[in-house]
Amino acid sequence: MHIIVCMKQIVDLAKIRIKSDTREPVLEGLPVRFGDFEKNALEEAVRIKEKRGDVKVTAVAVGSPKLKDTIKEALAIGADEAVILTDPIFEGSDEMGTARTLAKVIQKIGEYDLILLGEGSTDDHTGQVPLRLAELLGLSQVTYVRELEVLEGKRIRAVRDLEDALEVVEVNLPAIVSVTAELNQPRLPPLTAILKAARKPTKTWGPGDIGVTTGEVGAAASTITVLSNLAPAQQRKEILFEGDVDDAVNELLKALEREGALAA
Amino acid sequence: MSEVLVYSERESVALELLTFASTLKKPVAVTLIGEAAAAWARNCFAHGAMRAFTSADPTLSELQTDVLAEALAQITRQADADVILIGSTLRGREVAARLAQKLNAGCITDANGLRFEDGHLVATRYALGGNTISTQVIKSPLQVIAVMPQTIQATPTGEMGSTEVIEAELSLAPSPVKLVERRPKQAGSVNVESAQVLVCIGRGVGEQRDLEMIQALAHTLGGVVGCTRPVSHDKHWLSEDQMIGISGKMSSPRLYIGIGLSGQIQHAVGIMGSKVTVAINNDKNAPIFKMADYGIVGDLYKIVPKLTEKLKTR
Repeated sequence: MHIIVCMKQIVDLAKIRIKSDTREPVLEGLPVRFGDFEKNALEEAVRIKEKRGDVKVTAVAVGSPKLKDTIKEALAIGADEAVILTDPIFEGSDEMGTARTLAKVIQKIGEYDLILLGEGSTDDHTGQVPLRLAELLGLSQVTYVRELEVLEGKRIRAVRDLEDALEVVEVNLPAIVSVTAELNQPRLPPLTAILKAARKPTKTWGPGDIGVTTGEVGAAASTITVLSNLAPAQQRKEILFEGDVDDAVNELLKALEREGALAA
Repeated sequence: MSEVLVYSERESVALELLTFASTLKKPVAVTLIGEAAAAWARNCFAHGAMRAFTSADPTLSELQTDVLAEALAQITRQADADVILIGSTLRGREVAARLAQKLNAGCITDANGLRFEDGHLVATRYALGGNTISTQVIKSPLQVIAVMPQTIQATPTGEMGSTEVIEAELSLAPSPVKLVERRPKQAGSVNVESAQVLVCIGRGVGEQRDLEMIQALAHTLGGVVGCTRPVSHDKHWLSEDQMIGISGKMSSPRLYIGIGLSGQIQHAVGIMGSKVTVAINNDKNAPIFKMADYGIVGDLYKIVPKLTEKLKTR
């Protein structure tokens, strides 16, 4: 069984600083890491492997050259090998461009049974890529999965988490599954695994390897124009009370009364 | 002229989208899938739809995403629509994405604002984990926009022109995904969306029995209790429909109090519409204090009972 896990490298969102005059986010120089849901996806792949044995896990990621380092975490968690694409041609892709790139990578990989992704990326969380990828590969998709079981005969059973209901579904493989944070608790790889990860194979593929050209991917092919991307204008007062609890609570109540926040 | 096509599996959301669509000076059509939805036609016409495409195709009875997206693609062609507006529920959001790929179209999901400006549909949505609001335009000939429920206020248009119910001509293959069971979630007894006062808890609240103390505070304020995702989805202390934030509920209370929660953006986007925000946390550097009008730094187990007590005697 071959499981492909698609992962997105994102900037550390907690470290984003907002320029106070323009409300623009400062993204330069921020540390990068993989998104949260992708780690759930990878963890699940590795657990399936540990349970069944006859499983190969391949991590795939498209992003900046920093991926060369970031991908080591995926290998340390338990991916057997990785394919990364760091060519600038892919930069600025919209969800269609990303799905197109991943579809080409997966087609080049050739044989696979299960493709796992996060239900959305931790940064922009559009949730589009699993669906677009499924359409491009002509596969079934099962999204928002919080429980996953591989059944006999290349089939899976999954529990989908919707707003008002859980849906238990079954589908034959190959299929695309997107996962939620409840699926599992991703492991922190031990030092030995991190050391071993360096010896696992990482292939770096360029546009030529997968047969895409400018105009199909990247900013030039994007169907979306971003007019602006700014922190919300909303300003909070940020008044803090510390020290004696009694005084702090009194101060808070006075303030809330002044605001009319207590009266119905 | 190309049409605007609206779809949501929820009537209230379809009416919201129609209200907006009817301002676009284009013919407006709505898609009604299933027998129950066919009964919404009159309401849809009153909210600006001119044509209703209906289908009672049994292949669509479970609203499986792949089949639904294919049906909408076929109706898009039949209606000659170039703008497709979909309700961004969890199901609607994924249908939008798969439909967009079928139509080779750009797509914006989870739009929390939509306007028509200089000949373009301009949508806003949270980006960078909620740190920013991204304002976007789709430049492909066809565009699919999934709009969050309650983004638009549904309003009847007042006048109704000639209307038409059309049975959609669909050719669909059944989904390979087999629905084995649908387990409705227990509806919580609290409505966090329309609460005037919302008290939210996070991981900093250590024990399930501490809920009593939190509920006492909410009760004193005439409010309800909500929570961050780990409390409802991992610990199951509160029902999942009390979760505030991304993929949960949005709330715009008069007063929000966040207790023992760090203020991660996944939660924070759900409370941005709050009038006054208060945070109680022992970590002075917790991001929640940046989103708070007022904060108390300290032990929630000392602060919360004191706050309840003083509120009662005031």
